[in-house]
Amino acid sequence: MAIARLFEQATGQTLSQDRFWRIGTTLMPFCRARGIDSFDQLALTLERSADRELSLDMIDALLNNETSFFRDAGVFAQIGQALLPRLAAARQRERRLRIWSAACSTGQEAYSLAMLFAEQGDRWAGWRIDIVGSDISRSAVEQARSGLYTQFEVQRGLPIRQLIAWFDPVLDQGWRVKPQLAAYVAFQRHNLLGPPPAGGRFDLILCRNALLYFSPERRHQMLEGLALAIAPDGGLLLGAGETVQGSARFVADAELPMVYRPAASRTVPHAA
Amino acid sequence: MKTCLVVDDSKVIRKVARHILEALHFNVEEAGDGREALDRCQAGKLPDVILLDWNMPVMSGMEFLRSLGSSDFAQRPKVVFCTTENDVAHIRAAIEAGADEYMMKPFDRETLESKLQLVGVA
Repeated sequence: MAIARLFEQATGQTLSQDRFWRIGTTLMPFCRARGIDSFDQLALTLERSADRELSLDMIDALLNNETSFFRDAGVFAQIGQALLPRLAAARQRERRLRIWSAACSTGQEAYSLAMLFAEQGDRWAGWRIDIVGSDISRSAVEQARSGLYTQFEVQRGLPIRQLIAWFDPVLDQGWRVKPQLAAYVAFQRHNLLGPPPAGGRFDLILCRNALLYFSPERRHQMLEGLALAIAPDGGLLLGAGETVQGSARFVADAELPMVYRPAASRTVPHAA
Repeated sequence: MKTCLVVDDSKVIRKVARHILEALHFNVEEAGDGREALDRCQAGKLPDVILLDWNMPVMSGMEFLRSLGSSDFAQRPKVVFCTTENDVAHIRAAIEAGADEYMMKPFDRETLESKLQLVGVA
């Protein structure tokens, strides 16, 4: 299908046969709203014109932006109870941590991480904590930057005490992240197959439920990119059921499930 | 199978909640106001979790919650307030009165399931 090919060219993601239903359900209203008669016409328009806006909108319509606050609560318990204490000990001198929420969709994961730090203000006093959230979807990144979430979104995974502690109600729109929480996080549009975000290596990378959308070759390419981005003693957290299979860059953490560490035997040049 | 007591004076809300809760494999009991709910609890029919509306005739959700808090139950049920009162002042008041979670109406299956997980019954 031409649309699937164009989507893959733009994102690297494979729109497998079992996800073709998504094309019908999401692109039908997309085409109708733009006066485009058929998917073939949409594909032709995208191929013949350099309409970047149309291309970005099409990508946004087809991406799966499923996410929620504290998605998989056990993972966040593990981060708070095991990973962060380990990183705190390792970075005691620098007192700086860089964390990358890769493929963060509309930003809930990045803000959930920020809450872990904000709620332990005394422990992290004097530290510089930078959380980078990135996603390929332009509209998802725009929402993440706005910090504005609907009533349905804030009621998925977010305990009520944390809602009223870290969000302000916005009349008829939902709830917006408070500035003191937003200060931990910066968002950018980013393709996981491209070079990692600038600014130095990351101590912790969360890249959950993204690998499954890529072919084995592209998964390998992604993991090469993540190896460039991670600190030699950093941690990579994948989604449940995802592994680094096929990559010699990472090894499974001996103690923590779903956590991978850079393989010690390989040296990787520093990211820009 | 865990039991959820849905306390709401709206038959429609009770029906919607029952539909979702049964799909989540809960045994569902219903009460039309706080007094009816309290009578059930005091008669020993303690559910695992209570889905509690705020504004109801006879006895409001807040009155029920305070009575529940002062009762001597071996294991107090978890309470999820479920209401259209969505401002921070109401939420704070509910938490101070002993609510474990707070769900703003309207809600869907994912929201209810998430709240039940947060209070540890799903």
